[in-house]
Amino acid sequence: MSRSRAPWVVMIAVLVFFYLPILILVINSFNASRFGGSWDGFTLRWYILLFDQREIWMAFRNTLIIASGATVVSMVLGTTAAFALHRFNTRLQRVHYTLVYTPLVVPDILMGMSLLLFFVSIGLSLGLFTIFLAHVTFCISYVAMVVLARLQDFDFSMIEASQDLGAGWWDTTWRIMAPMLAPGIISGGLLAFTLSIDDFVITFFVSGPGSTTLPIRIYSMIKHSRNMPVINALSTLLLIITFLAVWGSQRIAKEKA
Amino acid sequence: MTKLNRNVKAWTEWLVTLPSLVWLSLFFLIPTAVIFAIAFKPVDLVGGIGEGWTLATIRSLANPNYPAIVWRTIWLSMATTAICIALAVPCGYAMARAPEAWRQRLLLLVILPFWTNFLIRVFAWRELLHPEGLIKQGLLALGLVEEATQLLYNDGAILLVLVYTHLPFAILPIYAAAEKFDFRLIEAARDLGARSLRAFWNIFIPGISRGVLTAFLVVFIPALGSYVIPDLVGGTTSEMLGNKIAQRTFSDRNWPHASGLSALLTLAVLGPMVITLMLQGRVRTRAGDRA
Repeated sequence: MSRSRAPWVVMIAVLVFFYLPILILVINSFNASRFGGSWDGFTLRWYILLFDQREIWMAFRNTLIIASGATVVSMVLGTTAAFALHRFNTRLQRVHYTLVYTPLVVPDILMGMSLLLFFVSIGLSLGLFTIFLAHVTFCISYVAMVVLARLQDFDFSMIEASQDLGAGWWDTTWRIMAPMLAPGIISGGLLAFTLSIDDFVITFFVSGPGSTTLPIRIYSMIKHSRNMPVINALSTLLLIITFLAVWGSQRIAKEKA
Repeated sequence: MTKLNRNVKAWTEWLVTLPSLVWLSLFFLIPTAVIFAIAFKPVDLVGGIGEGWTLATIRSLANPNYPAIVWRTIWLSMATTAICIALAVPCGYAMARAPEAWRQRLLLLVILPFWTNFLIRVFAWRELLHPEGLIKQGLLALGLVEEATQLLYNDGAILLVLVYTHLPFAILPIYAAAEKFDFRLIEAARDLGARSLRAFWNIFIPGISRGVLTAFLVVFIPALGSYVIPDLVGGTTSEMLGNKIAQRTFSDRNWPHASGLSALLTLAVLGPMVITLMLQGRVRTRAGDRA
């Protein structure tokens, strides 16, 4: 009996469903028509308009500052968390695992709301710093999961071998562990960076005056239906950055695998 | 193991556990508790949290508009989860049976939208469904809709975009389970006379049940908290719980009320989570028995 084709038909339909809206958005960023219902000729006008929008570039700067800081801190905390979860099998680690796993499924709006009230309760004024704290919080879990997956393929006999050969704790960590785990930590960091750049809901709740990030800017442009074609152009640029980041992380993963 | 060694081990464990444990307790666990506490606080007239304690906020949750909103939130999330799983199972099957080289490519194609900015993906649909957009104009040209038909700002648009944004989350765990599935079992069932569809239902689906449960968890729970999607593609009559929380927080600045709603949502989220984790525990022990 031949294999059923039905799953393949669904798979292809799903991929078309995934990419068609994105493709049309990219095409429309070069479309002279304002609404993209028809093709009115090729233009770069929206890109030129985009470069004139000072607020967008200020917001982009804020986004980059927060994403860089959150990535570095969450890479450290996520890696130590993954290491603890993998190496030890105690009651403490079961509690720890629940605490690391839960933020992955909790709706963004709850995390945003709870952090807003927490920051207000302890008298911390809302701004770039509170956004940074919030971003580290949700990035830790993602980094921990990526590194944990990597650790599961890790051969711990390498550590014993290194210690048997007389290497100290420091040498073992830096010469054996670090190079072998680096791809996992870096791809975890890239994921954290993208998540931080993308986040809207949590940021929206914990941002204050003067701490507008790029997603907040984009949201208000969409919400008020202002400069729709300019958002197409901006989206296309962001898509290119994302695809480069994914391509980069795939290459890093492949190199060491 | 010597006593000294044990001490070193315990010390190392705390050293690597504490940073994330402290951070997440401080910025995740305590803030969640704060939500429940502030639901019992009175409103401050200037927009904030008042002094003392009250049950007034909890009582105000008995707002006659809320049952409809809660119901819409639940059915849209349920429908999203059902559609996502129904599409993800054949996808997971196709990916797991694909040749090795193709498997990686397909996986990348499924992950890529997940890395793409969420707002942009919602915006892409908003443009497509827009009265002047491609889909509306296309349907109009084909004579399938009338000029007055509104594709945006209704429950259907919300459901479509919810499925679009959550589908990758459903495919990944189902694919991970399908990849480990032993497809010889299906062939064996066929050799014994079972028809394809029957073998699929009775052998494949139970075989990937863990993945399906995870998919349920990672689609249903975030969907319950949707806020941006109903806000951007839904209408004024298609609000979800997330919109109400945001409205109470930003427009009315009634934080205790928003806290009460958030506490309600937290409880709604905890229910399915505990059930799924318990079911997964059962599936795991059953698998353990078999091994």
